[in-house]
Amino acid sequence: MGTRARAEFDVVVVGGGHAGCEAALAAARLGCRTGLITLHVDNIALMPCNPAVGGVGKGQLTREVDALGGEQGRNTDRSFVQMKMLNTSKGPAVRALRAQTDKRLYEDWMKVTLSRTAELRLIQGEVSDLDVSRETVTGVRLADGRRFTCRAVVLATGTFLRGKIVIGDKSLPAGRVGELPARYLSASLSRLGLELDRFQSATPPRIDGATINPSRMSLQVGDEPPPGFSHWEKPAPRRQLPCYLTHTTEATHEVVAKHLHLSPLKSGSVSGKGPRYCPSIDRKVINFPDKPSHPVFVEPEGVTTRELYLQGLTTSLPVFVQEKIIHSTPGLECARLVRPGYAVEYDYLPPQQLTLSLETKAIRGLFSAGQINGTSGYEEAAAQGLIAGINAARYVHDQPPLVLRRDQAYIGVLIDDLVTKGVDEPYRMFTSRAEYRLLLRHDNAMERLSQLGYELGLLTADQLEKALRKKRDVETYGALLEETLVHPTDANNEFLERLGTAALDGPTPALKLLKRPQVGFAELLTLLPEGVRRRWDNVPAEVIEQLTVQVRYDGYIRRQLAEIKRQRATETLAIPKELDFWALEGLTFEARSKLHHLRPTTLGQASRVPGVSPADISVLLIHLQRVLNTLSRACTTHEATHERGALVTGPEDYEAACPGTE
Amino acid sequence: MVQVEGVTPASADADGSDQSARARRQVPGGAEGSTITAMVAGGKEFARPARTPCRQDSILNGSHGDSAWRIATEDIVGQGILSQVNYAQDTIVAISTPTGPGAIGIVRMSGPDSLGIAGKAFRPARGQSLQPAENFCLLYGHVFDPDTGDDVDEVLLAVMRAPRSYTREDVVELHCHGGLAAQRAVLRLLTRLGARPAEPGEFTRRAFLNGRIDLAQAESVAAIVAARSSGALRAWVRQLEGGLSGRVRGIRRELLSVLAQVEATVDFSEEDVEPIDWQAAARVLANVKQELTVLLRTALVGRALESGVRTAIVGKPNVGKSSLLNALLMRERAIVSEIPGTTRDTVEELLEIGGMPICLVDTAGIRVSGDRVEQLGIERSIRAMQQADLVLAVFDLSAQLEEEDYSLLAQLDPDRSILVANKVDLLIDASASVARLLEAASEPRGPARELRGPGGEVRETAAGEKGLAYRDLVRYEPAGLGGEITLEKPALTGWRLCAVSALNGEGLEHLRALVQEVVTAGMGVHLEEPVLASERQRVLAKEAAEGVAAALSGIEAMWGEELICEDLRGAVRALGRITGEDLTPDLLDEIFSRFCIGK
Repeated sequence: MGTRARAEFDVVVVGGGHAGCEAALAAARLGCRTGLITLHVDNIALMPCNPAVGGVGKGQLTREVDALGGEQGRNTDRSFVQMKMLNTSKGPAVRALRAQTDKRLYEDWMKVTLSRTAELRLIQGEVSDLDVSRETVTGVRLADGRRFTCRAVVLATGTFLRGKIVIGDKSLPAGRVGELPARYLSASLSRLGLELDRFQSATPPRIDGATINPSRMSLQVGDEPPPGFSHWEKPAPRRQLPCYLTHTTEATHEVVAKHLHLSPLKSGSVSGKGPRYCPSIDRKVINFPDKPSHPVFVEPEGVTTRELYLQGLTTSLPVFVQEKIIHSTPGLECARLVRPGYAVEYDYLPPQQLTLSLETKAIRGLFSAGQINGTSGYEEAAAQGLIAGINAARYVHDQPPLVLRRDQAYIGVLIDDLVTKGVDEPYRMFTSRAEYRLLLRHDNAMERLSQLGYELGLLTADQLEKALRKKRDVETYGALLEETLVHPTDANNEFLERLGTAALDGPTPALKLLKRPQVGFAELLTLLPEGVRRRWDNVPAEVIEQLTVQVRYDGYIRRQLAEIKRQRATETLAIPKELDFWALEGLTFEARSKLHHLRPTTLGQASRVPGVSPADISVLLIHLQRVLNTLSRACTTHEATHERGALVTGPEDYEAACPGTE
Repeated sequence: MVQVEGVTPASADADGSDQSARARRQVPGGAEGSTITAMVAGGKEFARPARTPCRQDSILNGSHGDSAWRIATEDIVGQGILSQVNYAQDTIVAISTPTGPGAIGIVRMSGPDSLGIAGKAFRPARGQSLQPAENFCLLYGHVFDPDTGDDVDEVLLAVMRAPRSYTREDVVELHCHGGLAAQRAVLRLLTRLGARPAEPGEFTRRAFLNGRIDLAQAESVAAIVAARSSGALRAWVRQLEGGLSGRVRGIRRELLSVLAQVEATVDFSEEDVEPIDWQAAARVLANVKQELTVLLRTALVGRALESGVRTAIVGKPNVGKSSLLNALLMRERAIVSEIPGTTRDTVEELLEIGGMPICLVDTAGIRVSGDRVEQLGIERSIRAMQQADLVLAVFDLSAQLEEEDYSLLAQLDPDRSILVANKVDLLIDASASVARLLEAASEPRGPARELRGPGGEVRETAAGEKGLAYRDLVRYEPAGLGGEITLEKPALTGWRLCAVSALNGEGLEHLRALVQEVVTAGMGVHLEEPVLASERQRVLAKEAAEGVAAALSGIEAMWGEELICEDLRGAVRALGRITGEDLTPDLLDEIFSRFCIGK
C-alpha cells in the first residue's frame, strides 16, 4: 500500500439490524477491525415486526447461520419465550423450528455479544456518504461531519433509506416509528451509479395483554423440553409463554370494507410494492372476499412487557379503524391499543446489481445485506449479513469470496435467487424455493456447513469436533443398523401386523425395517432382543433422527444427488468476464440484453436468469465451447466466485459428510 | 475413472485446436455413462460436458429464432444433462454425396480415428500402408472387409490431416462407385470398425466449433442442405409444436394446481390453509396421467413421422416394384434390370407425400427361390412388410394372377394396404384385369381375413368412395370403358386400388393421393392434433408420467407430503422443459392466488 496511511477500519458496517450485527460480528471474528455505525445504538437488533425467529424455510436459514458460526441461532436460544418445532406431522425435510422471543432480551443479548467482541467498535451516527476512489470504497462520511476511512463497507440499512411511515392519511419520514430515517445515503448511492427502487412493508398493532379474553381464543403452547436453534449451546430451561389463536369475523371484514377508502393502499399514499405472502388485513379482505374469517395469532412480546403482537392484522388503516377491527375479533373485544400498526416505505437496492458474494458490481469493497436488498425477515437478513461480513473480511484479506451453492444451503438459494432473478416484491424464503429441499434440512445443517465454518475461522476446533463426532456416530450406528438383524419371531410378527405392516419371512436387517413408514425407531427397538437393544442405550437423539431420515428418504436423496452431479458441469462452467453477450448470434434479443445486464459468472447462473430460455443456454454453450477452444487463455483467470464456492465441494462431499446416503 | 483429455499449453496451436497435441489423463469422478473432458489451459482445468447425440435436423439451421436450431439445441439441454457432442472425441462417418445418378459417391470420415479406421479397411494398390501417406494425397486401392477378406469396392482414398481439413480434424474421404449399394456397404463397414454415423450437419457443426467457418458460413451450408426438404414440412413441424405446447401447458397447469395445494400445506402449515382433499387431488392426477398416456402414444406417430411412415413395396418378382419406386422418387435409385430377383437387398428412400415424410422400402420380389442370397432378400422383404406401417402391393395387370399373388393378397390388411395394379400401359382394356384383381382380393379367406364391414354387412361400394380407382381406370383406358365395372362376385370391402404405369407415370398422382388418405385416416395421424415430435419431448413426457404415477402411489401409501411434492415437482419441471416454463415463480403465483396467506 505504499505510503498511504492505514485505514482506520478494515470493515465498516452501516446499520445495526439483524444483517448488520451478523456482518459486524463475522468481520470482527475474522480479524478485521470493524466499526458498526448505527443511528441508534439503543436499537441495535431491534425486532420491529413479529418478535419471532424461524418458521418453515426461515428456520432453516437461522440454523444454517448457526452452523456456520453466526449469531442469530444462539441469540434466539438465549431469549425465546416459546419454542416449537413445526410440521412435525410431516417429513423431516420440511420440519422447521420457530421461536417466539422476548424482544428486549433478544436485543440485550446481542448487545452483550457485540460488546464482548474484541475488534468491534460501536458508533452512533448517520452515514450520509461513501468515499469512493477509482470505483473502490475508501471510507464513509457521517452527517455530523465525522469521517472514517476503511477498506470495505457493508450496507445493512434495512428500511431506513428514505423511510416513510404511513398510517391512514398521516405519513412522516421515519425508518421505524419514532426513529429518523437515513436521509442522505440514498442520494449518495445514486450518485455512485447504483439504482434504487421502493418497497413497502407493514406491521400490525400491539395491544395490552391485560385486556384480552383468553377464554374466547385457543391456546398454543411450546414444545417441552424446548429444542434450540444452536448446535453449540443447549437452551436454558425457562417457563414458556403461551400464544393464542383467534379469527376475524364477518364483522371485521365489514369494518375493513367500510373504511377501505382510508387505506393508504387505496389512496395511493403508499407506493412501492408489498409482499404477497404477508398481506395486510385490508388486502386479505379485498382479495379473498368470500373467506369468512382469517386467523389472528396473539403473541407475547416478552416477559417484561404486557404488549401482545397481533399476527395477521397487519394494517396501515387509520388508528380508529384499527381499534374497530380489533374489537370485532373474538377475544379482543376489550383490547386496548398500545401501538398502532403502520406501513413503512423505503428504498432498496435491486439485488441484481450484486455479485453472488453480495458485493456490488459497480463499486469494489462495497457489500450489501439484509432488507436493503429487497428481502423481508430477520432470518433472511441474518443470512445475508453473515455472508456479507465474511466476504468483506475475505476481501480485506485478499481471499476469494465465499459463495454457497443452491444444493448446499438455503443461504445459497437465497443469494442466488436475489442476485440472479432479482425481486419484484420483498423476498421471503419458502422451502419450495429450494429444488434440493430434501437435502437441505434442519437436522443436517451442521454436517453441511460446519467444516466450512471452521475453515473460514468462525468455529473453534471444539465445535468442529462436535460436528465430526456426530458424523462418526451416524456412521457407526448406521453400520450397526445394517448388521443388526430382526428375527421373524411370533412376537415380532404380531407386533408388526398390529402396526399395520407386513410380517417378516426371514431375518431382516434393521435398516430395511426402518424404511417402513409404520416402523419408527422406538418400534424397531421393541423388535430387538434385550442384549442387542442395550447397544443402543446411549445413542444420541440427533443421531437417531438423522439415520431415520436418511433411511426414509434414501431413494429420493440418491435421485437428487444424481441430479446435482448432472448439473455440475453447467454449474461450474465459467463464463469469461470479457464475453460480449451482444455479439452472440443465435440468442434472442431479450436473452442477450438480460445476460449483458447481469453478467452471470457461470452457465448455471445464466440458466436461471429470467428471460433466458434453455435454447439460449445451449447456444451460449456452443459459443463458450468455441471460445474455450480457440482462445485457450480467455478462461484461465477464473475470478468468478463460483470456483471457490465451498470448501465442502460437492455431492461427493455431501455423501462424505452425511454417511449412510450411499 | 474417467478419461480426460488435456491440452498442454506449450503444444497448443495458435488456434488451440491441434488435436495431435492432446494428451490423455485419468481423472476420478464423472457421472455414470458419460465422459468428461477437461481442457487444461494455463494450468486451470475446466470441465467440458460429456457428449450426447443430437437428434434433430441441422443444428446450424438458422440463427435468429429459427425453430430448427432451437429444437436441435433444446434437444441437448432438455435432457437435463446439458451436454454437447464432444467434437474431439468421436470419429464420424457419412455418405457425403447426394444419392443420385453419378459415377462417384463419397464417404467422408472425420475425427481422431479416421486414419486408423480407414487403415484397417483399405488396401492400397501400391502396397504402402495408410499412415505415412502425405497430406492431401489421393490413394488408389480397395476397401475390404478385414473379417472376411472380401473386397467391398474399388476406391480412391483422400487423406486430409488436421488442422487443414474441413472440420480441422483428420478427414478421410473414400471415393466409391456411384450407386447407393456400394456407398452403404462402405459406410456399414466403417461403422463396424469404430466410426459413428454422423448426425445431420455434424461435419459442418464441427467445422464451426473448431473455428474453421463462422456462423454465417455455417448457415449458408445449412440452407443448402435444408433446401432439399420442403418448406411445407417445416411449417408442419412448427405447427405441431404450437399445438403441442398448448396441450402440454394445459397438463402442466393442472399438475401445478395440485402441487400448489400440497406445497401450501408444507410451507404454510401455520396458516389457515385448508387441508388437502387427497381424493380430489388423486382424481386430478389420475386424469393427468391419462392425458400423458395419450400424449405418449402420439410419440409413436411422431417418431414415425420423423423418420417417415414406413411403406413397403411388395409383390412377386418383376411386377415393377423398383420401377414404381423410381417413378415415385422421380429418379433412378434401385438397380433395375430385366432379370427377376435383381434387388437383392431392401432399398429405403425418403420422400414426401402431402407434407408427410414417407420412407419407401423397396423389397426383393417375394417368391420361392433356390438362390440363397435371393432367399435372404426375400426373408428381409417379408419382415419389412410385417414391420411396415403401410404396404403398397404391386400386381402385374398384364399377366395372369399367380399363386404368389394370391398368397400376398391373403396377408394384406385392407386398412394398411394399397393395391397397385401396375403396367396399365401394356393393356388396351385394363378393366377386366382390375376386376379380376379386385375379385381375387375379395375372395373369402380364413377367419383371419374378414372382408365384411364393421356392422357385419357387406359394404356397398359407393360411387364416390372407391370410385376414384375405377374412374382412373376409365380415364386411363384408351379404348372406352364407360361407367363402373360390374363384378360377378360380391363387391370388395375397403380395398384401395390404383391402376398405374410405373413406366410412363400414369396414375401416380392418384397413388400419392391414396397414400395420403391411408396414412391420415388409417393410422390416426391427424396433422392438427398435437404430437410429440422429438425424442427429447418423448423422454420428458415419460418423465412427467412417471412422476405423476409415483405421486399417485405416494398418496395411496400415504407417504409424506414432501415426497409427493418431489414427484410432482419433477413432473411439472419435465413438462416445463418442453414448453420452456419455469417452476418456482409459477408455483408461487399459483399458491398466492389460491390461498390467503399472511402473517
